[in-house]
Amino acid sequence: MAAIDVQRLARRYGRRWALAGVSFQVPEASVMMVNGHNGAGKSTLLRILGTAILPDGGSASVAGFDVVKQRQDVRKLTAILSHQNYLYESLTARENLQVVADHLGKSRGGIDALLAQVALDARANDLVSTFSAGMRKRLSFARVLLQEPRVVLLDEPYGALDPPGFDLIDAVIRDLKSRGTTILMATHQVERAARLCDAVITLEGGRIAA
Amino acid sequence: MLIASLRKELLLQWRTRSQFMAVFVFGAATLLLFSFGVGPNAEMLRTFSSGFLWLGLLMSSTLTLSESFHGEMENRALEGLLLLPSDPRALYYGKAIANWLQLTLLGCALVPVMVVLYDAGTTQLLKLLLIIALGAAGLSAPGTLYAAMTAQVRAKQTLLPLLLFPLIVPALLASVKATSLVILGDPMQQSRSWIALLGAFDLIYWSLCGLLYGRVVEE
Repeated sequence: MAAIDVQRLARRYGRRWALAGVSFQVPEASVMMVNGHNGAGKSTLLRILGTAILPDGGSASVAGFDVVKQRQDVRKLTAILSHQNYLYESLTARENLQVVADHLGKSRGGIDALLAQVALDARANDLVSTFSAGMRKRLSFARVLLQEPRVVLLDEPYGALDPPGFDLIDAVIRDLKSRGTTILMATHQVERAARLCDAVITLEGGRIAA
Repeated sequence: MLIASLRKELLLQWRTRSQFMAVFVFGAATLLLFSFGVGPNAEMLRTFSSGFLWLGLLMSSTLTLSESFHGEMENRALEGLLLLPSDPRALYYGKAIANWLQLTLLGCALVPVMVVLYDAGTTQLLKLLLIIALGAAGLSAPGTLYAAMTAQVRAKQTLLPLLLFPLIVPALLASVKATSLVILGDPMQQSRSWIALLGAFDLIYWSLCGLLYGRVVEE
């Protein structure tokens, strides 16, 4: 069974179609890259699959659950790394992860290890408002990992990162894949991501170009 | 999950506690300005004191309620919580309870200002505290819902009072009347009826707003 199944998915903002009938499947435990220019519809696609927004047409399922009718089921199994980092500026890095753990009903025990994994252990007690864009990205990645999802949606995972950050994200993606996690990744770092991906689609004007 | 949501809200409020002082000064300044409007008539000031207290708290509440969603919207943190997934009702009640606590504290802090400015003291402090707590509940429940609705709108500081004020008129009237009876005397024991009415409105607000919150914050 495909972990992600997208059929003629469409979404518009006003009169402009951001997605205009996109169809593809992502097998379980595989990594697919979505590339395309700015405004091609990558983020819209990921936000629909992550149930942040609703489609205007077509259908999609994640881990066997419909993204419109079974949103809560999809959310239990999916984590999204979004352009918006979902972090509270006035909380520390550790507190941000504690908020997530508390809402998920998980133990706070693994938070320090996660902060170490994304190389933020030295800044764990600093407010997010003092973080650089790259550090925020790393913390957002830790937030995703804390959810232990079956499907991960990554929107520009390399954005704002430095070269060590690139390597760190590569290692995390490899680790997730080895544990059977399905990953759909939208990125402009095509060459780098291609080394990790099993399949690639290219979006252009809201349609699959290749 | 409600405990997790409330804990997060209280932590966020603690981190932005300097804003509480600013809102208190705003409320106190409002009470002072009302006294200028009436003039140096001690009896009239005392008569209108409960109304002025609640108007001051109402105007201050639009600032605190609106501010309570600032952190949620900065990086779309609220969306992040909804996608975990979190129960929208738990998120709502966590925030509404935190807002209620803040407004109750603010109301209590404004009472000494009212006493000094309007010579409107009372010995029934526990009853006054109960009225402030119930009145603050009447403001915070719909206020939290409407603050969520207007959080992403550019003119939120204007829109929130426009939407909120008509809805909370019954609770506001009951609060003013009950407070007035506590301050000016209650020979017919009418305050109990007004407190009961206020409690009934609170029950309606807290039930309905909790149910509607999910529809407001989800696409």
